[in-house]
Formats: sequence, C-alpha cells, structure tokens
Amino acid sequence: MDLLGKLGGELVGVLGTLWTIFPFLVGYVLVILGTLAIWRGVRRFLRPKHDFGSLKTVTFGDESSVTSNTAASVISIALIFLAWGAFTGSRLLPGFLHVPGPFVGQTEFTYAIKTPDGTTADATVTVLVYPAGAPADDPAVEAGTGIARNDSVAIQEYRSSLLRAQDNDQVTKDDGAEIVGVDGKAIAPGDSVRLGWGRVALTPKGTLNIEPSKGWQMEPIWLPAPEAVWARFIEISKEGYRNSTLAEHLGYSLFRVIVGFVLGAIIGIPLGYAMGLSDWFRGWFDPIVEFMRPVPPLALIPLVIIWAGIGETGKIILLFLAALWIMAIGARSGVSGVRISKVHAAYSLGASKWQIMRHVIIPNSLPEIFTAARVAMGVCWGTVVAAELVAAEKGAGMMIMVASKFQSTDIVLMGIILIGLIGFGIDLLMRWAERVLVPWKGKG
Amino acid sequence: MTGLTIDHLSMRFDLPNGQAVQALKDVSLDLKAGELMSVLGPSGCGKTTLLNIVAGFLAPTDGKVILNGKTVRGPGAERGMVFQQGALFEWMSVRENVGFGPSMKGMNKAKKKEIVDHLLDVVGLRDFKEKAVYELSGGMQQRVALARCLANDPDVILMDEPLGALDALTREKMQGLVLKLWKETGKTIILITHSVEEALLLGERLVVMAPRPGRIHREYNLPFAEMGVNKDLREVKKHPDFAKTREEILSMIWDMEEEIMGRTEKA
Repeated sequence: MDLLGKLGGELVGVLGTLWTIFPFLVGYVLVILGTLAIWRGVRRFLRPKHDFGSLKTVTFGDESSVTSNTAASVISIALIFLAWGAFTGSRLLPGFLHVPGPFVGQTEFTYAIKTPDGTTADATVTVLVYPAGAPADDPAVEAGTGIARNDSVAIQEYRSSLLRAQDNDQVTKDDGAEIVGVDGKAIAPGDSVRLGWGRVALTPKGTLNIEPSKGWQMEPIWLPAPEAVWARFIEISKEGYRNSTLAEHLGYSLFRVIVGFVLGAIIGIPLGYAMGLSDWFRGWFDPIVEFMRPVPPLALIPLVIIWAGIGETGKIILLFLAALWIMAIGARSGVSGVRISKVHAAYSLGASKWQIMRHVIIPNSLPEIFTAARVAMGVCWGTVVAAELVAAEKGAGMMIMVASKFQSTDIVLMGIILIGLIGFGIDLLMRWAERVLVPWKGKG
Repeated sequence: MTGLTIDHLSMRFDLPNGQAVQALKDVSLDLKAGELMSVLGPSGCGKTTLLNIVAGFLAPTDGKVILNGKTVRGPGAERGMVFQQGALFEWMSVRENVGFGPSMKGMNKAKKKEIVDHLLDVVGLRDFKEKAVYELSGGMQQRVALARCLANDPDVILMDEPLGALDALTREKMQGLVLKLWKETGKTIILITHSVEEALLLGERLVVMAPRPGRIHREYNLPFAEMGVNKDLREVKKHPDFAKTREEILSMIWDMEEEIMGRTEKA
C-alpha cells in the first residue's frame, strides 16, 4: 500500500508537469490547423488537378485517399528548425524571428535606505550584463556623496548576482540602516521589484538579489543553436573526439551492428527453419525462444558485461542475441506460412523434399525473413547505442554519453541527429533491398 | 493394366473431442484411361478428401487407390493436380512455373523450352512468358496452372475446383479450354466442382456424392462433354436433356442439403 501511495504521488507530479505543457500542445495543433487553412487557400489558386484522388467526394473514412501531403511534411520540418533557431537566437535567422533574448548591456537602478534616526537616502547601482563569451569587470562608478553610496556589479547573461549594496554606505546595516525602496517602489525583506530589464529582490537578510531578464531564449547549455551544432559537426569530423575520428565512432557502431546482425541471421534463420520443419526442434526451442523474445536486449547488458567485458566481443554477443530471436521467429513464421497447396503442387509435380525446400519453402519464407531483418536491424541499432552509453571506448553512444558528462550539448545533439539519420538510412536500405530481392512480397 | 481404380475407400478422422467424422465410406470407382469424370456434391461430402487420397496427400483408413497396377502410397508426378488458386509459385515467372516439373526431373534445357513454349501456345499465354504470375488475371493464372500440370505429362489430372474463383465469362472460356486439352492430350481427368452446370458440361461421367458419411449417391454417363468438344458450350446447354439432367441433379442436391439442415436442427 505504501508503494501504491508513492506511485500515486509520482503520477500526480508527472501529470502536473504534463499539464504545463498542455497549452503548448494546443498551440501546436492550432499552428497545424492554421497552416492547413492557408494551404487550402493557396491551392485554390494553383492549377486544379483532376486525378482520381482529387475527384473523390467521399474522403473522410477512405483510407486510400489519405496520402502523405508533401507540403505538410516540408512545413513541419521547416517549423522545427524555425523554432530551434528562434529559441536559440540562431544567426541563420533574421533577428525579428528571434524570441526575446536575455538582457545584455548596462543599466541602473536606485535603492533607498532608512537609518535608525529616520533619515532616508538614495544611491544608484550600475548593472553591467555581459555576454557569456566576454567577461567584464564591475564598471567603475563615482561613489558619490551622502549617506548612501553608489555601487556597481557585472553579471553574466542568464545569471543573477547578490549585491551587498549597503556595505559602502555611511550608515551600514550593522548600524541599523535598512533598504526600504528600489527605484522608487517600497520593498521589504523577501519582496521583489520588477524593472524593465529584470527583477531586483531583497533577501530576508537585506541583500539585493539582481536578476537581469533571461528572455525566452534557451541557454546553449540546454539547447545550442543549429549553426553551433553544425560547426561542432565540422570540427569533430575534422579533428575527432576523445582520440577517435567521427568516422571511427560511427564506423565502430555500424560494425558491431552488422557483425551482430549477420551472426544472428546465420544462426537464427536455420534455427527458424528447423523449428518450422520439425516438431522435435520446435518443441526443443519453443520454450527458449518464447522466453528470450520478451527479454529486452538492454536487460542483458549487465550480464554480457560480467561475462564478456566491455570489449567488442561483449557488444557483438549482445547484438547477436538481439537479432537471433527476431530472425528465428521470422524464419519460423515464413516456413509455417507456406500455403499447403503450393507444397502439394510441388510434390505432385515430382519434386523431392530437398527440391521443395530449395524451390518452395525458402523463396516463400524470404518476405517474412526480410521483414524480420528490418525489425532486427532497427533493434540492433538501438541496442548498440544503448550498450555504448553504458560502456565503450568508441562508438556513437559513447560519444554522446561522454559529451553529456562535459555538458557539451552541441555534441549530444549532433550525435542524436547522426544516430537518427543512420537508423533511418538502414531502414531505407532494407526496404530497397526488399523491393529488389523479394518483389513478390504480399502478392501470393 | 491401365486406368485408375478406387477400391472400397474409407476415411475416418478422429477429432480431439473423442468423436470421429466419417468423411468417406466405401467409395469405389473405376476410371479407364482417358476418361473425364466430374464429381459433384454438397459441401462436406468428402469430394476434396477423395481427391487428396487419390493425389496421395492423405492415406485412407481403409481401401486403396491403384493407378496402372500400382497402389498409390504418396504424391507422385504421374498424378498432376490443379488447385483452385494460390498454388502457383509467385517467385517464378510464368515460364519457370510451367517448366517446374521438367526442371525437377532434370530435363535438358532445350527439351524443356520446347515443352514450355508449346504449352504456353496451347493455353494462349505465349506473350506472357516472362511475366510474374501475380501480374496476371485470375483466369490467366489458372491457364498457367493447367500448363504447369500438363508440362509434367501426368497420367491422371486431378482438378480441385480449378475454375471456382473465376468470373462467369472467364469460367465459360476456361471450360472450353479444359475440354480441348482433355481431347488433345487424352488424359484421365477427375474434376471436382460445386457447379452443377460445369459438372454436366465437363463430365463424361458424373458422380454425385452424398454427405455424412461421404459416399457415392448416383452416377451418370453423359454425352455433353463429347458434344462440347466440337460445339459451342452455349449450344450444348440448350440441349433438352441438359436442362432435364440439371434439374434432376439440382433437386437431388437440394434434398441432401435439406436433410442435413433437418438433422442439425434435431441435434
């Protein structure tokens, strides 16, 4: 019951966070619908088409009339990059497209103190907010005359600073003076005053906390600008990262996937055939395969590390295991899926068992095997990255894991994009191979 | 001794729930070489079981099938089979499908090509030689299936509703083709069908089977197949005897169906 309570608490927390995202989701949907309306308007002015699809009057509920709209895809991708650039202050975008950035530059505000005998006095604080790349000293200011003396502070963008403004005053805090106003507005300890360029708060102990506005843009440590990621990509592909070139990192990951997958297929396909053709083999391996299939390959990482270490052998064993069961099950269902009339036809045409295997069962199972291979390659690619996150000396996963420890978000992003592109490329390649090698898929 | 003898064939399937189904009971038939026999009956009468036993895909629980003096013990190239659909190899071209039997025998290429080309001419698919079978229409696919079966030069051709999945017009054309091939090749043919008309048109002999247990109900010797060889099939259908026999058989099958329904309702 205790656990349930805890989980309930977690759920409330998660839902609370999600709720804050909700307005953004609604906004995004509105953007999608808005562009749709605009696109409809634009299309009216283009030359109208009279193909079969455009002449349909019933399209809602007709799945065949829903083909992917290229314009929507282009806008969708463009919008992602636009948002990325706008929220990072990318130089690739004209300035007016940027969301407000952090305050940078020099400004000032006054604070008022009240001494124990009731006199009040003002002083000016000069605030210099400098960009992250160009540190600056506190600007020099005249201390001025009077009970309260002027102060200055330099703050890096996105940061805040505490200022003990009273320390240089004639009557200090120790003497009983206290700050009672900021820029003409009354302030008490714990309160804050919002100014045009940021916020000034008075801590309970009487120190000023100066927070220049952070704007809407993301700090590079959270999200670097697209050009920064690109520059990092160029840099790393030239100079490498952690003693290995980029090609080596990606090449090692691909090498592991391909070797693991090929080994898995070499063992898995005959295993699947044996399971599809012999009751003894099916009985023997069914419990093993049915148990191993739902075990996520990632769960095997600790065991593989214990048994085989973090070298290539361990990774390839892991990927072999990831591919093995998928290929075995694919080959098995490919064999079981052969229409009995095809086998009967082949027998009554005089084929021997071996000829039936060679000319009927194997070609008939190829489409299923290709489907399994596509799934297995995807799973292997995901598994290798995860395995490299845990422990590796080279590899795409290792690269982004190390980069995240050094807070090099640009490398992490670059790595994620490359991993995604390679995974997508693998899938395209498998689909192409399928089209070329098994054109009869789904035509039986 | 040539010809096909089906000798007191019985077939019983034991069901997992302990009951048994008598699919065939004491079925005996004699076919002379070159005879064309059609088999008709309501669903569940054991037509396909009978054909599968003759083809050697099933072993009967009793009785035997003798072809040219030899008892059938399994499938063999001397008994070719044409299925309703889906038995072509879609990973092979039309030519490779038709040449499958000769290839399995290891026939030399020149001779195989001669046979394949000849048969594709006969079934009218000369121009579709290199096409994939899934690119052909249903009727064309059945022509390929017929040609593939003939390429092996079997003694007996077993047809399991070969035209069942075709549209009416194609079906009529194919019926003509089947008669033509029968006459030209002189093969013994057993043809299973659901269509009374088709059974009459194509059956030199016609066997009507009855269900539960599957048995031979009635046998006819018919003149229509012979007529159809040199005549338009539509002319044959206008023959007064044709209509009469059709009505007779239809009501026979109708009665069987009613009987089954009645029995099921009581049970």
